[in-house]
Amino acid sequence: MTSHDDHMHSSAAVRTRELEERLIAAGLTTDDEIDEFLTRLYASASPVNGARMAARAWTDPQYRELLLSDGNAAAAQAGFDGLNYQLRVVANTDQTHNVIVCTLCSCYPVSLLGPSPGWYKSFAYRSRTVREPRAVLAEFGLTLPESVQISIWDSTSEARYMVLPARPAGTDGLDADDLAALVTRNGLIGTALV
Amino acid sequence: MRYPAGTRVRVRTGDPDHHTRVPRYVRGHTGEVVAALGRWPVPDDSARGIVPPREETCYAVRFSAADLWGSGDHTVTVDLWESYLDQP
Repeated sequence: MTSHDDHMHSSAAVRTRELEERLIAAGLTTDDEIDEFLTRLYASASPVNGARMAARAWTDPQYRELLLSDGNAAAAQAGFDGLNYQLRVVANTDQTHNVIVCTLCSCYPVSLLGPSPGWYKSFAYRSRTVREPRAVLAEFGLTLPESVQISIWDSTSEARYMVLPARPAGTDGLDADDLAALVTRNGLIGTALV
Repeated sequence: MRYPAGTRVRVRTGDPDHHTRVPRYVRGHTGEVVAALGRWPVPDDSARGIVPPREETCYAVRFSAADLWGSGDHTVTVDLWESYLDQP
């Protein structure tokens, strides 16, 4: 068996560890540095963060404008400063529905949406979303009217995308906390409505 | 910034033997710039350890599904560095 075959048959965890060991051996990082980074990231990464920003945008027109024009400034105002990517937020309307994908790998705003779901990293989601999004969304239980334009955002650069869902009808009496509780991770990806 | 929003751009067709961030499905296709995202190191250079890497404006470029796939009524927006693009 060649070493290539070894790689193909070993688990993701084994391959990840091998990569870590090579980076450490090359003097590029240390185990402590990797542990500290992951602890910091996952201690705070949650879709609750993105949900709070979406709910605030529904209740505060100025914040909505900031969120759509300068995602990083809006994130900082909500207490999430120092994002290590450019945040771009795209808004769903009556006429447009946005969906995010990364066809090259699995880029995703982890700090605001939490660890990405397995399906987001699957070949099926990554290849089919750009090609037949209506069929993919239908498999998520979301069938949109033909009149709604679907806009796919492929995260191929240093920018990370988040969807601002449309505010659901009948929520006029709710405050920002109640509204945030309605916003799901899939809503922020675009594979569900809120 | 060479291509303001609204500019029609065509993606270069080259198939480099090194890392690149041009998805195959947009190569040779024409789209419209919807936003300039800022200047960032070109990943083709960074991945090859070229120091310093070129820094270029990266653009969000929108393509129609009908152009990309021959069918579909959606759009796909892809982020592409300036040297990936030409004017048609």
